[in-house]
Amino acid sequence: MAPRALFLARRSYRLRRLRDAALMLPLLGGFLFLLPVLRGSGDLADEVVYLFVVWPLLILAAFVLSRLLGGRRSEAEPGSGGEPGEGGGR
Amino acid sequence: MIASQLLVLASLIYVGALFLVAFLVERRAARGGIGWLRSPLVYTLSLSIYCTAWTFYGAVGYAARSGLEFVTIYLGPTLVFIGWWWFLRKLVRIGKTQRVTSIADLISSRYGKSNLLGVMVTVLAVLSSTPYIALQLQSVTLAFQAFVAGPADGAALPGPDTTALWVAAGLALFTILFGTRNLDANEQHQGVVTAIAVEAAVKLVALLAVGVFVVWGVADGPLDILHRVTAAQRGAWELRPDRWVGLTFLAGVAVFTLPRMFQVLVVENVNERQVATASWAFPLYLFAMSLFVVPIAVVGLDVLPAGANPDLFVLTLPLAMNQGGLAMLAFLGGFSSATSMVIVAAIALSTMVSNHMVMPAWLRFGPRQATLAGDVRRVVLLARRISIAAVLAMGYGYYVLTGGSEALASIGLISFVGAAQVLPAMLGGMFWRGATRAGAATGLGLGLAIWLYALFLPSFGPSGLIPAQVLAAGPWGIDWLRPQAMLGVNGMDPLIHALFWSLTVNTLGFCTVSLLTFPGPMERLQAAHFVNAFDKGPGAAGWSRGAAEAEDLLVMSQRILGPGAAQAFFSAQARAQGIEGFLPEPTPEFLERLERLLSGSVGVATAHAMIAQIAGGASVSVEDLMAVANETAQIMEYSSQLEAKSEELARTARQLREANAKLTQLSHQKDGFLSQISHELRTPMTSIRAFSEILMAGGLNPADAERYAGIIHDESIRLTRLLDDLLDLSVLENGRVSLSETEVSLRALIERAIAAAQPGMMAVERDPAAEAVSVLTDADRLCQVFINVISNARKYCNAPKPRLRIAVRALGDEVQVDFADNGRGIAPESQALIFEKFARLGDQSHAGGAGLGLAICREIMANLGGTIAYLPGQGGAAFRVTLPRRMARAA
Repeated sequence: MAPRALFLARRSYRLRRLRDAALMLPLLGGFLFLLPVLRGSGDLADEVVYLFVVWPLLILAAFVLSRLLGGRRSEAEPGSGGEPGEGGGR
Repeated sequence: MIASQLLVLASLIYVGALFLVAFLVERRAARGGIGWLRSPLVYTLSLSIYCTAWTFYGAVGYAARSGLEFVTIYLGPTLVFIGWWWFLRKLVRIGKTQRVTSIADLISSRYGKSNLLGVMVTVLAVLSSTPYIALQLQSVTLAFQAFVAGPADGAALPGPDTTALWVAAGLALFTILFGTRNLDANEQHQGVVTAIAVEAAVKLVALLAVGVFVVWGVADGPLDILHRVTAAQRGAWELRPDRWVGLTFLAGVAVFTLPRMFQVLVVENVNERQVATASWAFPLYLFAMSLFVVPIAVVGLDVLPAGANPDLFVLTLPLAMNQGGLAMLAFLGGFSSATSMVIVAAIALSTMVSNHMVMPAWLRFGPRQATLAGDVRRVVLLARRISIAAVLAMGYGYYVLTGGSEALASIGLISFVGAAQVLPAMLGGMFWRGATRAGAATGLGLGLAIWLYALFLPSFGPSGLIPAQVLAAGPWGIDWLRPQAMLGVNGMDPLIHALFWSLTVNTLGFCTVSLLTFPGPMERLQAAHFVNAFDKGPGAAGWSRGAAEAEDLLVMSQRILGPGAAQAFFSAQARAQGIEGFLPEPTPEFLERLERLLSGSVGVATAHAMIAQIAGGASVSVEDLMAVANETAQIMEYSSQLEAKSEELARTARQLREANAKLTQLSHQKDGFLSQISHELRTPMTSIRAFSEILMAGGLNPADAERYAGIIHDESIRLTRLLDDLLDLSVLENGRVSLSETEVSLRALIERAIAAAQPGMMAVERDPAAEAVSVLTDADRLCQVFINVISNARKYCNAPKPRLRIAVRALGDEVQVDFADNGRGIAPESQALIFEKFARLGDQSHAGGAGLGLAICREIMANLGGTIAYLPGQGGAAFRVTLPRRMARAA
């Protein structure tokens, strides 16, 4: 077998960065959800607005990521070959 | 307004409609047309059983009491789902490859299929679900009360306990009908899942409808709501960082550790694409469910009278605004939330109880052979039905015990903390190969104990199981054991306190014991499978070979499913393959379908193993191999035992044969002796009688008379001697002889014996120097032995120049005296017999004895603590007398 390539093709590279983004998203979400308590006592109405704006934004990000990641997966499944150069996994 | 009868009727119609949905879907599924069921939408909606009646009613009450804190219950799951790439993906993959049927099955499977862990997780799950089910009963009861109590229509109201009892009984019946109608549908409860999805839609629509009505019907749109929020600001609404973080974490854990959530998330999952979609769709659902919670709470506080229960705002607001239809929709939404949660929870719990507690017990203690067709199936079904009823009964008991008075939210959180105890064992099992069974059991046990002590038992109230003074001062006044301030950690919220301590001690115990113990081979293999779940392709290895015998499979399936169901399935499959009759070709597809069918009755692993045994080949687990190895080892041990036994038997038989030969020989000799002794007795008796008759006839000269009298005298002496010998032998044999010890010189003894035995013309060779040995013994008896041996030599030595050699050797504590003559000796086959009683070799009638001499000698030597033995290879007959120098005193 050929040794694993040092650099990936552009498409595989993108896919890997997408996975990284999927891993980072909950960390970002945790931070954003923690902000209200860090701010301390403010007007409750402001916090309600803040949370109910941040929350759907996170969901939107998750939607985009899952479409990109999940879409690739379901494309790759029938072909059963997957992308070359991506087989090594993480 | 709405009468209670109408409410009950509406509920029943709603339940009936759900049942119909489930029934139709299952029928469709049986025909194979279930493509849309695998859609991620249905999966996501079924996940919504996370939102129970607690969410539906309780979230508003929670918001009214504590402000924004309620939202943590949905933020935690949101983080877990949008972070699906971290954890959920792997969990679902493991669940599929390991064919997991419940959370207890997952933990037990990871730690080497340990049944102990399965039982622990089951107990934990049942205990932690109890408050949750009580919560559902309470919310339905409260809703019912609120509805009926509103209009004073004079109808006799049942008490809350009675209502709850009816609800519990109804739900039990419903769940049994739903969940155990078809055992083989267990693996994929398509009908139930669809019904749950319908309920999810109903409760979402209901809550959104109430929300829209409140925001735009009662208030003047969103801005007005925000103004009202600012106006209604209270001290209790301030965010508390410990509870905020703790509850977010707790809810995030609970969303995959609660038994019912695990059931829909992992067990009912069909493919990983569903998880990808749920990663955003489920948070969206949660978002929608909580969107109107704050508005409803704020408006409810504004509009409704001060004493109104905020837990029921969802219901009482439309009622107060005379919106009967909307209120009915809200009631059905709450009812949906409660029923769907109870149904899935009861199914999940009953699966665990029957697979981890009842079946192992039944297999161990039940009848050895499952001979009746379908009896396994009956046991499983019965176990599940009974455990569903028991789970609901426990929930009702908890409801009655806690008085049903607490706020909904605090009850639900108790369940969350209980379910979260699985977390260390689960995470450790999935990401750390060093996690061991002992560690998992330790962690679970400690976490369970602290949860019970610090949270569950105190939840029964001060008058409950933990008295008030224990809560205040600790058990036996030990301050640092206070249930709600352990180790003096004061000022923590009781819930966060219990969460903190139980999970900390749980994790510490788990890690420490895992580091110290060594896992078994099964555990290590499973650890590798779990931690490296992505190294293999998705899905378990399919059936690659068609070697199974269809008939064997049918026989096995009949035992498990019952003959009717099994035959129907087989003939349907055969028809699908275009074959008439009951035996389809054992194609891989057929085997997979059959396995799925069987796994509903006996669990996935068992079904796989059963088919593997018949199908041959395929993947045989290490456990199977170990079981086979065990069996083989047992058989080998058994056969070696048999071998040893048969050898022993052969030895015994040989000994018996020898003994028998000896006995037969002795018996012949005894017969011979009896005729001999009668002869011996008769000969002197005959001559005594004859000569005494002659004497009686008279007329004899004195010389003849004297001679005849002499003969009579001699003969009677001979008779007496014979009788003396017999008597002597009998005394010696019974050990009743009395011995008189004296210190004697062997030389004197031998001289005395030679003088008495009168060797006559036989030459006696001696070594006087060697004979200078003195012994402590019974001199007369020993002399008797010597005389006997010497006179035997005189009688039987047939050499032309008879010679007797007497040799004495002193060896330590023993003295050996050998008597060897130069005759022809004794034939080997007779050597074993000469010491027996009545032995007399050949027909040497001139011997003059009755054959008791050597027998007497042997008995005498035994009494003196020595032996007499025949000494072969001395060029003639030779006897060796061995005796101790100092006779041991016989007792």
